[in-house]
Amino acid sequence: MKIPTIKKNGYQIVLPIFEGPLDLLLHLIRENKIDIYDIPIVAVTDQYLTYITVMESLDLDVAGEFLVMAATLLEIKSRMLLPPDPKADDDDEEPIDPRKELVDRLIEYQRYKEAAELFGNWEIDRMKVFPGAERDIEIDYSAVMMKNVTPVDLLEALKKILAEVSDGEEEVTTLTRRKVSLRIRMTEVWRRVKNGPQLVLFEELFDEARDRTEVVITFLAILELLKLHRIEVRQDDVFGRIEILRMEEAMEKEEDE
Amino acid sequence: MSNEINEIIYGSLKNIVQCMLFVSTEPLSVATLAAAAGVDECSIEEAVHELILDIGQSGLQVSRIAGGYQMCTRAEFHEICQKILVPQNQKLSRPALETLAVVAYRQPVTQPEIEAIRGVSVDGVMKTLMNRGLVRECGRKQTAGRPILYGTTPKFLEHLGLSDLADLPDIDSLAVEKIEEMQAQQELFANAEIAVKMSQSSEEPESAGAPVGKVTSHG
Repeated sequence: MKIPTIKKNGYQIVLPIFEGPLDLLLHLIRENKIDIYDIPIVAVTDQYLTYITVMESLDLDVAGEFLVMAATLLEIKSRMLLPPDPKADDDDEEPIDPRKELVDRLIEYQRYKEAAELFGNWEIDRMKVFPGAERDIEIDYSAVMMKNVTPVDLLEALKKILAEVSDGEEEVTTLTRRKVSLRIRMTEVWRRVKNGPQLVLFEELFDEARDRTEVVITFLAILELLKLHRIEVRQDDVFGRIEILRMEEAMEKEEDE
Repeated sequence: MSNEINEIIYGSLKNIVQCMLFVSTEPLSVATLAAAAGVDECSIEEAVHELILDIGQSGLQVSRIAGGYQMCTRAEFHEICQKILVPQNQKLSRPALETLAVVAYRQPVTQPEIEAIRGVSVDGVMKTLMNRGLVRECGRKQTAGRPILYGTTPKFLEHLGLSDLADLPDIDSLAVEKIEEMQAQQELFANAEIAVKMSQSSEEPESAGAPVGKVTSHG
């Protein structure tokens, strides 16, 4: 394990590096010679939090995962302080140890750590073995057709292209996204209905909608105008065309304004 | 052409296989060898077997790698080989090895599942493993969000010198000693339970630390 040393305020602090919260917990368990199936959760939580505090005081980035585990430990700690569920007493089943899930995770992680070690050893073994080296196969370039064209010609041609490319100014295309607000679209729809012929088809109002958002906004605009009694929606038969009509009162009202 | 090769006597099929393995940098499958030589796979297996016995006297070896065969130098000679060329594969970091182990054993597996086992985010590590061709996407899990499933590649087997995923030891057989070590004090379980109960009745929650401390001091 890599042990980095950090100098702070004249002190030299040696802090082991852990792969994650599970790694740190396994370290604490081994260090304190704790039975993994019977973790003294209070003591371990304290030590765990101390470690995190040290990390923070050294301005090391404490990854979010370490904090999640701290919360888990505190949760287990509080669950262990709670009296057992009286309902659970009715059953013959033993109450589930709040630590069980964590212990299972720790044991599983320990196995994968071991597997990783195994993989590392295999990797080293494998590197001692050399397969046939990659060969630079010489290609017979006489077979490539280059009649009356010399490498110099090719170079000249390349220069010409490069000059053309760097000469012109780079063309910049700016894509602007049209922001469509409901208010603007309502005005647009209203204007169209007001100034247009007697009736406008529902579909026609979507002519200018260019994407899904605009379709939705246009639709909302229609609903709003309906609510405001500016327009009327008519459909003569089932699945027939939907027509949008202006409300004459609305027209009159607007003229008054 | 193939008729011509079909007439090759058995002894020289071994030599043909040797040549094919020699010119290839990657493991060759029996099917590839058979197709190239124009013979059936059974004959190739026999020829390879012969070759393995034959080559045992030399500085080379033929091993079963990633489901095929590969001719390599013998590990004993790695020092001398390294004077001629440097190993090209870079060693994997510990997080990469751990992640690779989880993928290898749990495949097909999603990234959140890997993260649950390792307890850390594996974003960067997964990218490294994918870039090195050791891990690949292998479909999507049919659950909410259809997360990407990952698995190992033949290159993974090659990288570790494995023939098959079945070569991996059973995961439950790993770390048995270490885990046993960590449960050496199991007989104290009863004491710990008392400790917890005591802390429940105690008015000062700090006192919970004291009896627990006893448990740890037994080690």
